Amino acid sequence: MSSRVLRRNLWNTVGVILFVVMVFPVFWMISTAFKPEDQVNSFTPTWFSTRPTLQHFRDALAKPFFWQDVKNSVIVVLVTVGIAMVLAFLAAVALAKYRFSGRKIFIVLVIGVQMLPGAGLIIPLYVMLARWHQVNTLTGLILVYLTGALPFSVWTLRGFVLGIPKDLEEAAMVDGSTRLGAFVKILLPLVAPGLVATSIFAFITSWNEYIFARILLNDGAKQTITVWLSYFLGTSRNTDWGALMAASTLTAIPVVVFFLLVQRKIAFGLTAGAVRG
Amino acid sequence: MSGRLPTALGIAAETATGRSRRRRLGARRLGAGAVPYLLILPVVGVMGAILGYPMVNLFRISLQRYGLFELIQRHGVDVGLANFRSVLHDAVFWHTLLRTVVFTVANVGLTVVLGTLLALLLVRVSAWVRILLTAGLVLVWSMPQVVAVQVWKWMTNFQNGVLNYVLTELHVGDFFQHDWYASPFSQLSLVTALIVWEGLPFVAITVYAALSQVPKELVEAAEIDGAPGWKVFRDVTVPIITPVLLILTSLSILWDFGVFTQPYLLIGQPHVTPSNYLMGIYLFQQYYTADFGRGAAISVLMLVMVAAMSVVYVRRMVRIGEVDA
Repeated sequence: MSSRVLRRNLWNTVGVILFVVMVFPVFWMISTAFKPEDQVNSFTPTWFSTRPTLQHFRDALAKPFFWQDVKNSVIVVLVTVGIAMVLAFLAAVALAKYRFSGRKIFIVLVIGVQMLPGAGLIIPLYVMLARWHQVNTLTGLILVYLTGALPFSVWTLRGFVLGIPKDLEEAAMVDGSTRLGAFVKILLPLVAPGLVATSIFAFITSWNEYIFARILLNDGAKQTITVWLSYFLGTSRNTDWGALMAASTLTAIPVVVFFLLVQRKIAFGLTAGAVRG
Repeated sequence: MSGRLPTALGIAAETATGRSRRRRLGARRLGAGAVPYLLILPVVGVMGAILGYPMVNLFRISLQRYGLFELIQRHGVDVGLANFRSVLHDAVFWHTLLRTVVFTVANVGLTVVLGTLLALLLVRVSAWVRILLTAGLVLVWSMPQVVAVQVWKWMTNFQNGVLNYVLTELHVGDFFQHDWYASPFSQLSLVTALIVWEGLPFVAITVYAALSQVPKELVEAAEIDGAPGWKVFRDVTVPIITPVLLILTSLSILWDFGVFTQPYLLIGQPHVTPSNYLMGIYLFQQYYTADFGRGAAISVLMLVMVAAMSVVYVRRMVRIGEVDA
């Protein structure tokens, strides 16, 4: 018995140490963002500053193009997510509720496309957008992001549509609705949580995307927030680490908030299930 | 090319709910006809125009001389397999490929092994430690790549990076103003540390979900029969989590093989040279040479390799999709 307790305490200690190591980079980012300049640049690190300051956040926000590039990111993300959800929902219904020849090929494409490495697509997409005169425009970037958002949205939404009991749908049809009417009245409200979750995935992916934004947008006023952040460091030897960490924190906040929102469902699903004991 | 995040969350959810999801819902043929085709038409149309067409074009360009002039003229000059010959005779290509393979093996190995160990730890700790660790993992999981890179740069900067301080304080050695960016090996090791750190949560949480599906009665029965712990683990637990590990490994291979953002930003654009190229960066640099024909040839080679590697994963996912409908 006591050896069992001992062993559990040992594992607990290992767990806590690992927690500290895992979380440290995130802690260090936030801690640095709020630290006064002398503590940031000191050779001996200050773990918790007793003199927190917002100066780094003010500096970061004062950098050129911050608000402009946040705005660009928001536009790109909202348009991408909006279009992706409508189109992907239709395809998800087809996959979940119908059997048709060609269905398997469609599934293979939906899954396969998600595996294509972004780097391998730079040249073909760049050449195409250059022909259409969509390089250095947000429209071009939105088109590229759609190719990323659509396949996984179709796949994720398919799972949510599957979860709807067919009785409900049939009940609606008995009531005299057409099949389309049944979809709109019954399916849509039931799938709403799935649409929200999938939108959030699409939001996060598009917000975080770097490689295509970097290649396609080459004008400070037209860049997205990740590209803005990547240029922050500059080339100078005396990097303003405090402001960089403040800017990093600001970039991460929307993603972390949204991620926790969706992840909670899944994490609770994990712990609530068979895990007891 | 879509984010690792949604794919990863999807897999995690699929693993957690795998069993209930597996039930057949029965085929629905209600008023089929043209309806399903109309429903998938918009997605197929958009994907065809924005991805299908450029892919076909990619193969065409790979057989052409296609530079800035040709880009403006909108058509290249056919040169047969010259681009492929040029690439395959280029030592940089082979060195990059070899380096990327070694890098991928190291990254995937570390991520999957450490992630699995972390999952096994999650099963053994008290509830409060499990909640603490899971919360930490989710936090790390949610960090955007570009943000993580910046934090990594700050922690490893040679003037007063906290990593050098901690290593020196722990008497690992004298790391005062140690330059982590001095050699390609050191640079890529930092990238590996970053990628493993970012990748651990997905693996740990998914394997933990799979572990929680191992029936407790089975383990107890084996233990009552007097089987030693490691044997129970090998014969009961491992077979149940193997399919999940297979998916995780193939996904990680695909992601790490094509990785770009972390090495490019962490090493820093001016310091990216043929001595530390990975495939993703090598391809990215082709864009600057403005020799799109040669770049297209490399893209084709890369896509063929990735396609070959994704067979296991795609087949498995397609099977899931086939069962449900």
